[in-house]
Amino acid sequence: MKSLDPRIARAKIELDNPDFSLENQGHFPTYEVFHQKKRGAQHQHVGIVHAPNPEMAMLYAKEQYTRRGKTANLWVVASSEIFATEYFDEDMFENTPDKKHRDPTSYKVMDKIKAFKENQQNQ
Amino acid sequence: MSEYIKELLYKMADDQLIIGHRNSEWTGLGPLLEEDIAFSSMAQDKVGQSQHLYQLLHELGASDPDTVAFTRNAKQFHCCQLVELPIGDYSFSIVRHFLFDFAEALRFEALSNSSFQPLAQVARKFKGEIKYHTLHANTWMQQLGNGNEESKAKMQSALNEAWPYALGIFEKGHFENQLIENKVFFGEEALKQQWLDLVSPLIKKAGLKVPHGTKNTKGIGGRVGIHTEYLQPLLNEMTEVYAIDPSADW
Repeated sequence: MKSLDPRIARAKIELDNPDFSLENQGHFPTYEVFHQKKRGAQHQHVGIVHAPNPEMAMLYAKEQYTRRGKTANLWVVASSEIFATEYFDEDMFENTPDKKHRDPTSYKVMDKIKAFKENQQNQ
Repeated sequence: MSEYIKELLYKMADDQLIIGHRNSEWTGLGPLLEEDIAFSSMAQDKVGQSQHLYQLLHELGASDPDTVAFTRNAKQFHCCQLVELPIGDYSFSIVRHFLFDFAEALRFEALSNSSFQPLAQVARKFKGEIKYHTLHANTWMQQLGNGNEESKAKMQSALNEAWPYALGIFEKGHFENQLIENKVFFGEEALKQQWLDLVSPLIKKAGLKVPHGTKNTKGIGGRVGIHTEYLQPLLNEMTEVYAIDPSADW
């Protein structure tokens, strides 16, 4: 049966061709992509691309991550260049439970603010 | 007065539509997922640009863009022969993309100062898109030209094959002198010179040889409706849905 998808005919893929085995496919390095919406704003991490070098990574980052919405600037950084913590050390981020005073939500000030505002209005 | 402007618009719009359609044939088959997306989205940009140009033609009295794009046969198209050639392997598609898009970038840059205001506006609007297209094309040229022996050989052979057709981009139309005199466009000969000055160093930087000859040997005639055997089958495929149901919308 002839496929209605013209790509099937164009691809000319021979399924028994050894070049198409997954083991033979090399992998490019990964680059992390950082996107800045407007000048002065923070660059935010938006995802990754695979590419052989930074120039090609930039080409792909532009198409993958800037097609919608505004962009002022783009960074690509080789993932291998990022110095990161080990998940093994995740416990070092845990806060001691009895130090609630370090946590802004532990301060109950809304009552006082409300009372102050009402007082201002009544004057 | 508008005959000579129409001639210019037709050849530009047809170039964009046909190269856009050709390049879209890589969708789903690109050498890398990211490249597939990038090449497809540039193909879509080209088709979008052609629609803007067909719209200008419509405003000068031609039929609406869909009718103009989907109801003409090969003889009524004014695209250069370079854009209608089959996609070949990726080296050929990249080389064509490189040769065509740098010519296009220079053409639109010149037209952004055109005395025909609607076209000057459209040319300025496309500037950013085209800048990315040429960046993409040149990055690949440098990558593969300076790659290994195999990639270099494939790029050189694709370049030798595409070069005479690329010169056909600059085939003059009937109204060349009017376009220049009325400051609508500075003319194909001037464009060709700018293009040679721009692409030659980039080709050399990619470790490739600039093919001999700057005069058209083949690949001419596209502007007056003489095309290769490849255009009509492309049109048949492109207009398949329209031929079944002209009111189809998607």
